[in-house]
Amino acid sequence: MSAQHPRPGITHDNRFFWEGLAQHKLLIQRCTSCHRLQHPPAPMCPGCHCFEMEAIEASGRGTVHSFVVAHHPPIPPFEYPNVIVLVELEEGTRLVSRLVGTPPDEVAIGMAVAVEFEQVADDFVLHRFRSAASR
Amino acid sequence: MSFASRAAIAGIGQTEFSKNSGRSELRLACEAVMAALGDAGLAPRDVDGLATFTMDNNPEIEVARAIGAGPLRFFSRVHYGGGAACGVIMQAAMAVASGAADVVVCYRAMNERSMQRFGIGTTPLAKVATTETAHFGWYVPFGLATPASWVAMQAQRYLHDYGASTEDFGRVSVACRRHAATNPNAWFHRKPITLEEHEASRWIVRPLRLLDCCQESDGAVAVIVTSAERARDLRQPPAVIRAAAQGASADQQMMTSYYRDAIGDLPEMSFVASQLYAQSGVGPRDFQTAVIYDHFTPFVLAQLEAFGFCKRGEAKDFVKGGNIELGGALPVNTHGGQLGEAYIHGMNGIAEGVRQVRGSAVNQIRDVEHVLVTAGTGVPTSAIILGKH
Repeated sequence: MSAQHPRPGITHDNRFFWEGLAQHKLLIQRCTSCHRLQHPPAPMCPGCHCFEMEAIEASGRGTVHSFVVAHHPPIPPFEYPNVIVLVELEEGTRLVSRLVGTPPDEVAIGMAVAVEFEQVADDFVLHRFRSAASR
Repeated sequence: MSFASRAAIAGIGQTEFSKNSGRSELRLACEAVMAALGDAGLAPRDVDGLATFTMDNNPEIEVARAIGAGPLRFFSRVHYGGGAACGVIMQAAMAVASGAADVVVCYRAMNERSMQRFGIGTTPLAKVATTETAHFGWYVPFGLATPASWVAMQAQRYLHDYGASTEDFGRVSVACRRHAATNPNAWFHRKPITLEEHEASRWIVRPLRLLDCCQESDGAVAVIVTSAERARDLRQPPAVIRAAAQGASADQQMMTSYYRDAIGDLPEMSFVASQLYAQSGVGPRDFQTAVIYDHFTPFVLAQLEAFGFCKRGEAKDFVKGGNIELGGALPVNTHGGQLGEAYIHGMNGIAEGVRQVRGSAVNQIRDVEHVLVTAGTGVPTSAIILGKH
């Protein structure tokens, strides 16, 4: 845990997502008009051009669409090697997160993962993923 | 009216390429600009336009003031890191073709190794929320904070989708280092590598090894763009800008276009390719050599596919057997590229394209009619086709 954990720029468009994490909820933006889901969120729906956006709670289950194993340079506060995954959620959107609990050599595209939440600073919660098989 | 073939590169200039220039970025810019003007046979008073990258730390007016240029009637910048490189040339070509300016100097100067290393990772707390800090907020808090890591995510999927291997990435590195080995201006002059050395180099961000990553460099490059007509009367044979195009594709992101169906591909570069071919009437069989932006090796493979040198997913076969090396079907990065010569955000590749058209490259290809030069990948990008008059 570090007060210096890198933070996102929080705007009117994405605040709901980060506030959702504080409540241990993984949220996906949804258009109120055509119900299209999108991540990362935006101020409007690119499909139907509606500006009224809402959020739904994701199940937290998904699969690894791609991944990297970061070795260098070491960036505080992360421990290395750091496995970073692009998760395809079962709702269909993708997001980048960390994968914990699986040795880097055993990570594979297609593996099933599930979300958990990590308090990285007193006022900051992040999502991370773990192999669904290990739960 | 199209601007294709109406502008030309009439001069090129550069500093030495190093790891510590020992002087200011502004001085590097001025040295490169003066060298390029001298190469063209022009003087600072002839310059009425300047163009560079938004990432360049040297404002156009500071360069103009330092070199003693007259009033400027055109100044412009292009965003998105190294994706800007050929876009800057496009800006200049459009300015010249439209009559907005007569002589536009394009430049890129940086102490990228000794002052501001891009590869070191960006993790400042986002003090001010902007659209761009919101964007990087989806990646940096998880440790995905370097250009290598952003590219590696797409490269991993490329390997998976097309059955390629990290050795296929290595063949790009081997080719560039072979070419750098005979280029006295290259940092890796006389330092070729083998595929075995590539495979033995340490992981930076798997699947990228150290030898998949370009250098970090100090240096500057400038090129002079004027009308094709005026260029004919200047000191050097003109390199005509036969085509120039930018491209940002659907669901484009800055380094993290992870949300498309096939994330191993570069649709923005395919879009650039189709524009270049339409403007020029030139096709992939008409190039004798190409300068393919090589900040990281995997995207060289994806670019070979985007420009139609081979089919999608088949670059791994195209790069085998020395095909992209001197003597191969398409020698790529004859100066050594950014892996071998220096990382000047693609501007040194544009200078090499000009030398190949002039016939003055150290690793000169015979009978060059057309050279393709591309800009940064994984970002909104650009490319040009240079040719003889």
